[in-house]
Amino acid sequence: MTTSPASNVALEDRPAVPSGSLSAGSGVSLFQRLFNAKALWPLFLLILSLPTLLALGSVLASLFNLDTDTLSHLLEYLLPGALGNTLLLVSGTAICSAVVGVALAWLTAVCDFPLRRFFSWALLLPMAIPGYVMAFAFVGLFEFSGPVQSTIRSWFGSSTWFPDVYSFGGVTIVMSLVLYPYVYLIARNAFQTQGRRSIEVGQSLGLSPVRSFFRVSLPMARPWIVGGVLLVVMETLADFGTVATFNYDTLTTLIYKSWFSLYSLPAALQVASVLLLAVVVIMVIERRSRAAQRYSQSQHASLASSRFVLSGKRRWVAVVFCGLVFLFAFVMPSLRLLSWAMPNLASDLNGHFFGYVWSTLSLASFSMLLIAVLALMLAYGARINQSLPTRFAVRASTLGYALPGTVLAIGLFAPISMMNHWLQDIGVPASWLQGTFLIMFMAYGVRFMAVAYSPIENNYLRITPSIDDAAHSLGLTGLQVLRRVHLPIVRRGILTAMVLVFVDVMKELPITLMTRPFGFNTLAVRVFELSSEGLWQRAALPALAIMLVGLIPVMFLIRKTDQAQE
Amino acid sequence: MKRTLRKTKRALIASLAATLAVTVLVGCGKQADDASQQTAGTVAEAKPLIVYSSRAEHLIQPVFDLYTQQTGKQIQFITDKAGVLIERLKQEGESTPADVFITVDAGNLGYAAAEGLLLPLQSPVLEANVPAHLRDEENRWTGLSLRARTIVYSTERVSPEELSTYEALGDEGWEGRLCLRTSKKVYNQSLVAMLIAEHGEEQTQQIVEAWVNNLAVAPLSNDTKEMEAIIAGQCDVGIVNSYYFGRMKVANPDLALALFWPNQNADESSTIGVHVNISGAGVLNHSKQAAAAQAFVEWMASDDAQAIFGGVNQEYPINPAIAVDPEVKSWGDFKASDLPLSRAYELQPAAVKLMDRAGYH
Repeated sequence: MTTSPASNVALEDRPAVPSGSLSAGSGVSLFQRLFNAKALWPLFLLILSLPTLLALGSVLASLFNLDTDTLSHLLEYLLPGALGNTLLLVSGTAICSAVVGVALAWLTAVCDFPLRRFFSWALLLPMAIPGYVMAFAFVGLFEFSGPVQSTIRSWFGSSTWFPDVYSFGGVTIVMSLVLYPYVYLIARNAFQTQGRRSIEVGQSLGLSPVRSFFRVSLPMARPWIVGGVLLVVMETLADFGTVATFNYDTLTTLIYKSWFSLYSLPAALQVASVLLLAVVVIMVIERRSRAAQRYSQSQHASLASSRFVLSGKRRWVAVVFCGLVFLFAFVMPSLRLLSWAMPNLASDLNGHFFGYVWSTLSLASFSMLLIAVLALMLAYGARINQSLPTRFAVRASTLGYALPGTVLAIGLFAPISMMNHWLQDIGVPASWLQGTFLIMFMAYGVRFMAVAYSPIENNYLRITPSIDDAAHSLGLTGLQVLRRVHLPIVRRGILTAMVLVFVDVMKELPITLMTRPFGFNTLAVRVFELSSEGLWQRAALPALAIMLVGLIPVMFLIRKTDQAQE
Repeated sequence: MKRTLRKTKRALIASLAATLAVTVLVGCGKQADDASQQTAGTVAEAKPLIVYSSRAEHLIQPVFDLYTQQTGKQIQFITDKAGVLIERLKQEGESTPADVFITVDAGNLGYAAAEGLLLPLQSPVLEANVPAHLRDEENRWTGLSLRARTIVYSTERVSPEELSTYEALGDEGWEGRLCLRTSKKVYNQSLVAMLIAEHGEEQTQQIVEAWVNNLAVAPLSNDTKEMEAIIAGQCDVGIVNSYYFGRMKVANPDLALALFWPNQNADESSTIGVHVNISGAGVLNHSKQAAAAQAFVEWMASDDAQAIFGGVNQEYPINPAIAVDPEVKSWGDFKASDLPLSRAYELQPAAVKLMDRAGYH
């Protein structure tokens, strides 16, 4: 086994005072001792997953008291259509995001072609566009009354042949445009950490780049890709804003209709439970399918020397493909937003606006750090202790992403209020329910754990169990193994997780709306308030700002990961 | 190099964490202040009124600012969807910090009242300023501005003589010429609820089915899209809230659209008057300063506030004695329906289900 640069870093990091051998020495802090006690981990992880379990519990509890009146109406008139629409949309979006995301990831991670460096970060940017903003920009451009069809009519007299935007196709395209970056980011991470040896072996056997992709890279990246697609599936199932813009009814539409129009929260939660069960089934299938595989990698040498340098026609196909995706997913909506924002720029770019930017930035940064650390704990715990409680805690913690944000927020609010009432009953002034960020971060943690966990967990697959054994036999204890052995290897996964959480928190709306202190506004809240009143001209500026702020972690991540690579 | 990079990163993370910690602490500190003021209790003016609002910030902030300016009373608020706020209030129960609830439709106020969240008020002020059909019988809620949901038409392809009533938009002459917003919007649910109140479910379903039959395109996601579709020639008529028309008209005075006020002539086959909805408010049952909250709601129905409450959004004042904004006035006078708006809540579920049955999505 060759020594990788990563483990060099780990060795440099060794503290000046070497700690004792297998047993915890007297200089070891309580924290370290607790951390190293394997038997405590299931308990620790169960506590970590408690907020999620409470939220899911209050959603599932609705099943005990069925609102048959509302449900039978839904069943008779709406459910068949909505179910069909949901299945179509989820599979369409999953397939499109997977194909586009994986192709782009492989091109930018493994190949070399003009503008590759630019595309490698630029292609992540659409992730920062909230789905409903993309939907509005897209619909505005391509619907009958939009500029594209109007131009066509002025040239040819008719635009009836133009495909209807308000359709399965339209909503799938928009959904894929904002969600492919999840697959792209995670798959790119897989391709980058695959190491050059496998590709070199392929090259020496005379595999062309395309065949090498299908025979070597793709199978080896499978859990990453599936993990990314699973995030896309959950996000699609939970989406309300995008489908509402298209008036495309899905299961989420039924949830909102039951709650807000038929005044039945129980029926809404019952539909949400169905959604939740569907996700559990998908997750179980995914777990089963990966169980038998091993994806560990013995080394992480640079890919730079073994990139496929695309030549001739191929390089231009790559450039055009990346360019087209970038054009539709980023340039087009940005220009649309910019054209709206320009007239109000002078009046809206005021102190308030920079306040929104600052609160968004600090909220997203702190959540990013917090949730990445918690997800790392989950992944580490799942590795050292594979008991049933651990696995249960880990799986449960990642379910929050599948519920529509509003449902999750209200599901979490219920147990918190209950706790609040108890506290008041025993005489504790319980004003902490409002106006502190504690609840807010807890809710973000529940919602976005899946986003952070997936990339970290996958990078853990890169570490063979024998590495842990070796570390232990060298006298490293739990925390030291994590710091010196695991961290250097899962570092990319953590960075990926941080970017995903940052961008997701920035876009997040229902939890922010419900748990924010009085007078606390973020950019996403502004976009929502203005756009829900139809004031898109003024909503455009905060929407653009979300994209610009999202640029910061994306640039940072790409620099970090490419630095290590070249 | 690597060392310095790592140091920079650590410094960055540490400073971020510190900033957040400070923000959180300040947040808690504020709470602690509030709490201590609460216990002091004697200085009523110092304790801010807390408003939960589904009316957007930019539409209520000017009103709140004026109140603070006139009375010195501070107002804090959060905005969210009405349904979410109602659920939140239910869960918070007695421990809610909120004093006043504001919505942009009568249905959600009716729902909050039915859930026991709103306090019945003895209020000569509301009774004097707000017409009876625009508030709750027990004054648990009151309208504060009036929004008309009316017919909009293309001035290029439709002459106003062709138009008469909401019901008549289902006539054969409008086949393939009608645009509607989705039935998921509460404005349409209230409209259909009021049709049910007048005609009963059976006849209303026929009316809605006839509308669906006449649609030029599948229902659109908002009122502005309806008007854009009419301008582009996709359809000729639609049903919109008047202020959306007002916004387009201000941006483009040459707009090839006009409003039509339907149902002006009493007739067996139609409801009487233009369908109106309200943006309104109620005092919360568990408010710790109900008297101050009532004073604030009454003030919002008074002359000073009425001049801006609806005006910022080109809505109509709730009090018929207050002058209408000249721009809004230029769209013409009309007779509004005087069915009690409390019916909008009672019949909303029936209306929603009816539209589902009629295939209006």
